[in-house]
Amino acid sequence: MSASSASKPWLRIYVPLTCYFVFMFVPFYWMLLTTFKADHELLTTPNPWWIFHPTFKHVVDLVAGTQYLHWFANTLLVSVGATALSVAVSFLAAYAIVRLRFPGSKTLSAAIFFAYLVPPAILFLPLANVLIALHWFDKLWALIPIYTTFLVPFCTWLLSGFLRTLPRELEEAGRVDGASHFQIMTRIVLPLAKPGLISSTIFCFTLSWNEYLYALVYMFSSANKTITVGLTTELIRGDVFQWGQLMAGALLGTLPVIIIYFFFVEHYVSGMAGALKD
Amino acid sequence: MAEAAPALAARTPTLFERLRRAADTPAVLGPLLAAPAVGLLAALVAYPLVFGVWLGLTSATLGNAGHFVGLANFTALFADPTYRAATFYSILYTVGSEALKLSIGLALAMVLNQRFRGYRAARSLMLLPWVAPTVLAVLAWQWLLDPQFSGISWLFERLGLIHHAINFLGTEWNARVSLIVVNVWRGVPYFAIGFMAGLQSIPAELLEAAAIDGAGGWASFRHIIWPLLAPLTTILVCFSSIWTITDFQLIWTMTQGGPVNGTQVFTTLAYQRAIPSGNLGQGAAIAISTLPFMIVLAYFALRAMREK
Repeated sequence: MSASSASKPWLRIYVPLTCYFVFMFVPFYWMLLTTFKADHELLTTPNPWWIFHPTFKHVVDLVAGTQYLHWFANTLLVSVGATALSVAVSFLAAYAIVRLRFPGSKTLSAAIFFAYLVPPAILFLPLANVLIALHWFDKLWALIPIYTTFLVPFCTWLLSGFLRTLPRELEEAGRVDGASHFQIMTRIVLPLAKPGLISSTIFCFTLSWNEYLYALVYMFSSANKTITVGLTTELIRGDVFQWGQLMAGALLGTLPVIIIYFFFVEHYVSGMAGALKD
Repeated sequence: MAEAAPALAARTPTLFERLRRAADTPAVLGPLLAAPAVGLLAALVAYPLVFGVWLGLTSATLGNAGHFVGLANFTALFADPTYRAATFYSILYTVGSEALKLSIGLALAMVLNQRFRGYRAARSLMLLPWVAPTVLAVLAWQWLLDPQFSGISWLFERLGLIHHAINFLGTEWNARVSLIVVNVWRGVPYFAIGFMAGLQSIPAELLEAAAIDGAGGWASFRHIIWPLLAPLTTILVCFSSIWTITDFQLIWTMTQGGPVNGTQVFTTLAYQRAIPSGNLGQGAAIAISTLPFMIVLAYFALRAMREK
């Protein structure tokens, strides 16, 4: 670093960053502490920011005494299903819009963008009626098509941006070699679209894993709940909060997305930047 | 390949081959590939959206279709003090947290955009609040802001700043501010990453030329960086506002709109009226009443996207 611009890097960089990172980590640290604190220590302690009597009791109680593992499996099932369906459907749509440019593709692209801007908070009530009519209420698998309502618009948008960056000559070369449009898509473009597909897969998975409103309104039997809904509806009864178990559940429910995130940081960042650029 | 082609052409094509050839044009294959996405979105987004507007004009309750009542739900809402409280806090919550997210996000992006020891790790860790499931992280915040056992109150008491634990979520204004802080906690990474991408697209020569001309840090920010980031800023703020003004999970998890409707917003009120109370028509009307905000925000976002 040049002497003129970096006379005090600690003041310019490390002090603001430390403040931000403390703010950022505090709730995660608090979650971790509470998970392994004994119940009496949650209430009386010489220092709440430390653990004096670590215990696995909350984790054990959560796993053995509640339906948590079941909710975890539900969340996983729905997230994987919704992600697979959304990425597949979105790739086809994005390919059609960007690479085939059929009559009406511009309108379709705009419509999908508007669907992206429709928040679940506006949709959840009328969608409930649709679900009742279809007899999809309180059916776990119904969350898979429901989650496509926000995943497909987002994913199509992200993939369109990505597919647009691939050179047009690909199709032309393919056509000259006698490949059909469908073959060009599956054999030439699909392998090249891998980074975009990975980005959209991890985004869809994270968004499904974190979803709350739809699962809260549409799933009411305990066996069909997801982690977010199960914790907030079954471990909080009126004013009684089981903080130890709640934080253990929050920690275990946060870990999968954090682990995936750290495996794919680069895809995350480029995907997010790409989604904004378009 | 070349030798085989004439032989193939000589044979009369089967029906399957003719269909396949017909499908091999963008005008046919395009709509075919888009059909699954269109079908899903038409059935589960477009139709419910239109139906939601209709629902807002009816007296529907859970399990009862009700009948057309015109704008009665809306006139009732505008006279309803709870709805007015929800409007007030929805706007305050959005404006307050957007202003903070924008400034902190931009500052963070400018810091992280530099090369320093550990910058890669800092960039990837920075996104954690945005990646973590909101409801679960917000539960941790709720427990951290407990009226009796808050670690923050404990720390402040130790530092001699306060004498009694702060009731972070128990009084109107404390709760309003606390929710905004938690929303900022979650939303800063989105702005930071957006601005980092924006800052990287500013040509370095431009800033170097300005520095040669004697522009200091503030001057080059004010006259080069900020104007160049303006369209991106509009896009980020509009998108983020759309999610913030219709935020449900954060507020519902922490306060459920309380104390005494102090942190009631459109979405929590729509949920309360429609699901536990069963008044679907009024819930739908509340949800639909956010549409004008959405339309204005979407308009400005689109305009800024064209500009870019």
